[in-house]
Amino acid sequence: MTDTTASGGPVLAADGTPLKKSLARALRLQKIRALGLIAPLLIFVLVSFIIPIGSMLTRSVNNDIVADTLPLTVEALQTWDADSGELPDEAVYAAFVSDMVTAIEAKQHTRLGTRLNYEQTGMSSLFRKSGRKIKKLDPTTDGPFKETLIGINKSWGDVETWRVLKTHSVRVTNGYFLNAIDMQRTPEGAQAQPEDKQILITLFQRTLVMSMVITVSCIILGYPVAWILANLPARTANMLMILVLLPFWTSLLVRTSAWKVMLQQQGVINEVLVWIGLVADDARLVMINNQFGTIVAMTHILLPFMILPMYSVMQTIQPTYLRAAKSMGATNWTAFWRVYFPLSVPGIGAGSILVFILAIGYYITPEIVGGTKGVFISNRIAYHISSSLNWGLAAALGTILLAVVLILYWAYDKIVGIDNVKLG
Amino acid sequence: MADASNVDAFVEFERVQKSYDGENLVVKDLNLSLPKGEFLTMLGPSGSGKTTCLMMLAGFETATHGDIRLDGVSINNIPPHKRGIGMVFQNYALFPHMTIAENLSFPLEVRKMGKSQREEKVKRALDMVEMGAFGGRRPSQLSGGQQQRIALARALVFEPELVLMDEPLGALDKQLREKMQFEITHLAHRLGITVVYVTHDQTEALTMSDRVAVFDDGRIQQIAPPDQLYESPENSFVAQFIGENNTLEGVVKEINGDVALVQLDDGELIDCKPVNVSKPGERTRVSIRPERVEYNKDRLQEGAHTLKAEVLEFIYMGDIFRTRLRVAGNDEFVIKTRNAPDVERLQPGQQIEIGWLPEDCRALDA
Repeated sequence: MTDTTASGGPVLAADGTPLKKSLARALRLQKIRALGLIAPLLIFVLVSFIIPIGSMLTRSVNNDIVADTLPLTVEALQTWDADSGELPDEAVYAAFVSDMVTAIEAKQHTRLGTRLNYEQTGMSSLFRKSGRKIKKLDPTTDGPFKETLIGINKSWGDVETWRVLKTHSVRVTNGYFLNAIDMQRTPEGAQAQPEDKQILITLFQRTLVMSMVITVSCIILGYPVAWILANLPARTANMLMILVLLPFWTSLLVRTSAWKVMLQQQGVINEVLVWIGLVADDARLVMINNQFGTIVAMTHILLPFMILPMYSVMQTIQPTYLRAAKSMGATNWTAFWRVYFPLSVPGIGAGSILVFILAIGYYITPEIVGGTKGVFISNRIAYHISSSLNWGLAAALGTILLAVVLILYWAYDKIVGIDNVKLG
Repeated sequence: MADASNVDAFVEFERVQKSYDGENLVVKDLNLSLPKGEFLTMLGPSGSGKTTCLMMLAGFETATHGDIRLDGVSINNIPPHKRGIGMVFQNYALFPHMTIAENLSFPLEVRKMGKSQREEKVKRALDMVEMGAFGGRRPSQLSGGQQQRIALARALVFEPELVLMDEPLGALDKQLREKMQFEITHLAHRLGITVVYVTHDQTEALTMSDRVAVFDDGRIQQIAPPDQLYESPENSFVAQFIGENNTLEGVVKEINGDVALVQLDDGELIDCKPVNVSKPGERTRVSIRPERVEYNKDRLQEGAHTLKAEVLEFIYMGDIFRTRLRVAGNDEFVIKTRNAPDVERLQPGQQIEIGWLPEDCRALDA
């Protein structure tokens, strides 16, 4: 040992190196080993989760396709005043033909048409049809092109076509996000979509409201179950726990389809109600392909995620707390409400976060039992990913959904406190 | 301070039985009455039924048969929250989500007491256990001893006449436990409350109580003040359970009034006080306290029966010496002597003769 502590300098180890350095060296090997152990998972998560999500998120603002496919046209359009109401001059048309010929050779022009079709219907067919004829033109000798192009398709003589092209020629666009909240990018700035195309805000609201309804139903149904499980002898509780977990052993698809069998108009519930005479045969209840069906099926599917954290928290609440409360003069209800319930709140919090976040991104169940009135925003995302192929919009919707979840999480932390969440 | 003969019984158990499964009785025919202001301890090994009795009194268990009366009123059908009995639990059961002051205020709130009155009572109760400065803390921020005091204050804050304590000192270390033993007894006597205290620690029972009820096998084996319990156990179980005890087995030869002649299994004869034996020929278990055994011949009575003994082990324990002997074939015979200058320290292998006063040697049931 050295006596450097007394002189006020850094504490030294036996060999004279500063103690902190010495400690860091001693711990380094440990840290490297720990890192080595988690490396496979880290790499897996990075490759299969973080990178794809990151790339998906960038798609929500990425708009390289116009500027990459029509570089000369985009440059020539810079000088054109879109608000003038006049067609661009010959230079723009010449640049366009030159770009198109290159693009057609690379078979890029139809992709561009598809991209612009999201903004203005008809663009896809315009590019496809015009492409066949432009292919035959020679950019150096066949000019001037203005008349030729308008001759090929009179849309090229429409100012609107060129305005759309110019508006969406930027490389980083807010267009997808505007679309995601029922607005559109126009030369005049952000504007509301036409009424008949406004659907996404409604879907977002519906997703949030229904997720909350599902979460509350899960709390109401799950709390007594968790309470019983936590207060039964261990053997019986384990038996019943298997029943709670049983749904996990069946395919999600099977469970959801089972609800279809139960709830449809010729289904089990309606048949029984008609049979006992509660419901007239011609007035069978509509319980499926609407919001009711979605809420019932999803509450059923997500219930275990509510019960499990509540159960594990309730297990830690000693029964003597209730006895103590009663010995001090509290009625059963007061003892529950003032003592047991506050102690079980962390379990409710954990279960609610779990169920809500799962519900908000749920896809299969609303798809099967939701009909048109019960679908969620995730169904729309799936539609844009796999059917309309508008990945930019899908990415923007996903980003907004992620942001909403994070904001709600933050609000929950502010109001309830995330320390109050216990999973066990 | 407790005198059962001239004070009406405050708490009464009459022929109380309790069974959980309908096959075995956990409490068998319990009869007990205690006057106001008494500190009664229920002592016994685990599973002897003492905690069940306490829970029946508190109302958390119902008696299968029999009557429990509080101040002359049968409370069998009164729910726990209407009994007005204070209770201290083994793990204190302080509500973790409330501050200390809120914990103490809880019983007053459920009694719909006004705010100013509540605050005053809470303050007084906290001062009583010398925890006045801790009102704003949470239970988890307190040490075990402090939590114990708060639990006590909470059981007393609504001024119950009867307070039940279920092994309240079980989780504390030895020193703190001894300190709290005195504090609880002093507090109970000062406030004049009746206390029923459950423990399996006999020292606790002896030092704290006015009377001790020794439980075993669902019955009260003996109920008596601590000194009687220690010095005059009425059966082998009590003699074994309370304090250290030497037993020798034998057969009663004859009984002459206060003295019984017992022939031990190896043939030697000793004088005893007959307690649970009535006629010659009965088997008996003779019990002698280690500190009542004498090996200094000068101090033995003239003509007293003595036994040969061989010293097996001498243990120095500071204030006392503990010596293990072989007596009448029993290798676990222990004697205790005070560490005084004139006391001989026995050596292993030494042959000595031991004896005792006949009244210290009690012939109990076999």
